[in-house]
Amino acid sequence: MDTAIKKIKKPRKGKPIFEGAEWNFDTLKTVFDEVEKIGLRDLKLDVYPNQIEVITAEQMLDAYTSTGMPLMYRHWSFGKQFAQESMSYRRGMRSLAYELVINSNPCISYVMEENSATMQTLVIAHAAFGHNHFFKNNYLFKQWTNADTILDYLAFAKDYVKECEEKHGVEDVEIILDAAHALMRQGISRHPKTPVSSKPAHIAKRKKSRKLHEEATFDDIYRTVPRAPITAGAAEALAAFAAAEEEGLGLPEENVLYFLEKHAPRLKDWQRELIRIVRILAQYFYPQRQTKMMNEGCATFVHYEIMNTLFDRGLITEGSMLEALHLHSSVVMQPGFDDQRYGGINPYALGFAMMRDIKRICEEPTAEDKDWFPDFAGNGDAMGTLKSAWADYRDESFILQFLSPTVIRDMRFFALHDESDEPEVEVTAIHNEMGYRDVRRRLARFYDASVQDPDIRITDADLSGTRRLTLTHTVRDGRLLSKQECDRTLQHLAQLWGHRVKLLEVDAGTGKTLRELEALPLP
Amino acid sequence: MHIIDRRLNPKAKSLGNRQRFIRRARDEIRNAVSEALKKRKISEVESGEKIRIRAKSLNEPSFRLGKDGSRDFVLPGNKEFVVGDTIPKPPEGGGGGGGRGAPDGHGEDDFVFTLSKDEFLDLFFEDLKLPNLIKVKLKDVRSPTPIRAGYTTDGSPSKLNRVRTMRNSVARRIALRRPSNEEIRAAEEALAAAEADPAFDPSELVLLRERLNRLNHLRKTVAFIDPFDLKYNRFERLPKPITQAVMFCLMDTSASMTQSLKDLAKRFFMLLHIFLTRHYREVDVVFIRHTSVASEVDEDTFFRSTETGGTVISSAFEEMRKVVKERYPSDEWNIYAAQASDGANDLGDMARCIDMLDEVILPVCQYFAYIEVGTHISESIIWTGFSPLTNSHKHFAMRHVSSPGDIYPVFHDLFSTPERA
Repeated sequence: MDTAIKKIKKPRKGKPIFEGAEWNFDTLKTVFDEVEKIGLRDLKLDVYPNQIEVITAEQMLDAYTSTGMPLMYRHWSFGKQFAQESMSYRRGMRSLAYELVINSNPCISYVMEENSATMQTLVIAHAAFGHNHFFKNNYLFKQWTNADTILDYLAFAKDYVKECEEKHGVEDVEIILDAAHALMRQGISRHPKTPVSSKPAHIAKRKKSRKLHEEATFDDIYRTVPRAPITAGAAEALAAFAAAEEEGLGLPEENVLYFLEKHAPRLKDWQRELIRIVRILAQYFYPQRQTKMMNEGCATFVHYEIMNTLFDRGLITEGSMLEALHLHSSVVMQPGFDDQRYGGINPYALGFAMMRDIKRICEEPTAEDKDWFPDFAGNGDAMGTLKSAWADYRDESFILQFLSPTVIRDMRFFALHDESDEPEVEVTAIHNEMGYRDVRRRLARFYDASVQDPDIRITDADLSGTRRLTLTHTVRDGRLLSKQECDRTLQHLAQLWGHRVKLLEVDAGTGKTLRELEALPLP
Repeated sequence: MHIIDRRLNPKAKSLGNRQRFIRRARDEIRNAVSEALKKRKISEVESGEKIRIRAKSLNEPSFRLGKDGSRDFVLPGNKEFVVGDTIPKPPEGGGGGGGRGAPDGHGEDDFVFTLSKDEFLDLFFEDLKLPNLIKVKLKDVRSPTPIRAGYTTDGSPSKLNRVRTMRNSVARRIALRRPSNEEIRAAEEALAAAEADPAFDPSELVLLRERLNRLNHLRKTVAFIDPFDLKYNRFERLPKPITQAVMFCLMDTSASMTQSLKDLAKRFFMLLHIFLTRHYREVDVVFIRHTSVASEVDEDTFFRSTETGGTVISSAFEEMRKVVKERYPSDEWNIYAAQASDGANDLGDMARCIDMLDEVILPVCQYFAYIEVGTHISESIIWTGFSPLTNSHKHFAMRHVSSPGDIYPVFHDLFSTPERA
């Protein structure tokens, strides 16, 4: 094979590494080695060590109905998803994913046994090199997830939940998990926290030492000292004390699960630990949500490059190249908005289009590209430019920075404005000179998780009096929460907090309270 | 890089999740199950079922943005629009094709999935049982069940415990220093090499020969497996008392029973039959059908054959009494009976009928359920005639079934355990 690589300029000289659809573990190994050569030498990717696991269709269903993780605690919602997915799979409504990849070190890629040899090649290039490179290098994953420990943590979580179920009953565990799942989207810290107190056990320890201190310094004599009537000054002091207490709670707090775990007055330690498990998983998945399009784009770009190189070097047959191209084009298909098949913007399509476009701009820029991207147009270093983009951006900023007029034109993007009480939506920008920046800005906003998710914070927790917890939803553009969902979620929250819970929906501009909702825990 | 074959890993990892899911959705599923029974053919009752349930109680809420307010979004595939154009919104619930594809707006409709046969029947017969199952037959007939009881040194070859036997054999062979094939081969080779070597010390050669002889001798005298090694699984037969029960199914097949009424009655008995065979392995079922004459028939004839004629219900009671007397003495058997009829009977037969029920049948029964099928517009002859008996006999129950949908509730009502009822 080495000779084939040396004769890079004379294409189609190598001997194909496999023919036909059949494969065995030796084929898989050869395929992996060849893909690795291209990935590391030609594309200069930087990846975690790889682990490829071959699984059956049923195992694939299993895996991706439990959030795609190889280990997961048990919960009915995963069973529900499994029932749903397996039904639509059996009816032939949906085909299964060909692969599944886990952001861990070593990076585990699952490939299905049904895949043909070509598919396995594509999948290894896609997952074991594309996704793997992205996981290892993107700043969000670096900052927020710990690839070395996630599998151990999941194993711990699974055992812990099982233990709790045995000790406290499946129902009691379910109440906590259901509630925590409902608040999962509010279980994310968008900014790193200083690690003060991590484990419930530590908190219990601190509480205990505080109590011991109080007991040691308690002197009954003070009870007999007559109290001065509360003066204006004293009231002020009390208010200051309350404010200080609030300071201790770190309000306002956007991570509702974090707050509950640390401060909910009625929870037991095991319940806090369960909330913590859900919170940590929510946090682990947050980067994936913010980089879905880039991640898929990166993987698709990588498999496309690798498959083409393999073909150029004669390492795969024309038949498999055609099969690979067929797979590739169905993955990156983007139906128009008025097509029956339309289901939102396909992250594979947009990501791949943008990255191919970046390559083009680096290598053969037009005048327009030079105008728009003076930094890298024509720099000749496509891989370098792409790699720094993969490392330092997320979907929102990537679009804002790199979406070119060419892609906007190719995909025929147009922006619309919708007022809920108007019967029609209005077109506000299309793919023309006036519209490019507008379309790009709006599309970027659509990929901004912090804009798409409601902005809900805990703003008040009255720990000394009524123990009422107050949340504030800052309403932008008049978009209130969906009432029915909100009532039920609030009920879950009240269940965890243990006392009355209030949600205020306050308009971001005027500061006016638009709606107030309350919930009490059920006995 | 590692390639790992995970295909042989334990299957059904998600079973625990599925059980939790079914438990969670139990009420909904049960409604769906009784709903499903209406539509199914009799022959299909005992197979898996596709269940459609409302996803409402299974919906997982979260804080999501509603539909109010204004928003901007971007769509691909513009063919004709320019700035300032307006597009009418798609009607509510019309698939939301017009770009309402916000990731937060997925709606859940009915939820369809398949229950396996066992899951289906478990839910079906959950908390049902035969009432008053008390008469344990106290005579010698007990069913012996074999249970494991350690190991023994002799037994039939089929019960040989290979693991234990080989464990003993290995220990004995080591203790008695039985040479392995390799050792003998090594000794033979050493000897052969020595013999081939002319410079070899002859006294050493003798030693080598002796060694080989000793090894061969040991190998002959120490057996690979000695009868001493053999271990057999031992089973003890524990007599288990069994409760004997018999269910009599009495069905009117006269001309007044229309096809749909017969169908209803058969559905009821079908359910009863599945319930009994599933939960009580030892229960005998006797099928009696009658027109103006009654006869005991087998299961197949009972459910499938068609036969018409007049109606004399006492004939069925007479037949039942005969069978009880011949095969099911009431001091040894728990006797149950279920009767289905459209309520019509020969007028002249009523008095005899009630007498027989009151004096012969009910006293020997643990429980007697009378099911009247049809549109209960006015009190039928039998209903009027039998009603007083419910007061004198606590174990006599009467129910109406007018449509397939009633069958399961009535059935559930008749056999529910007291704590649920």
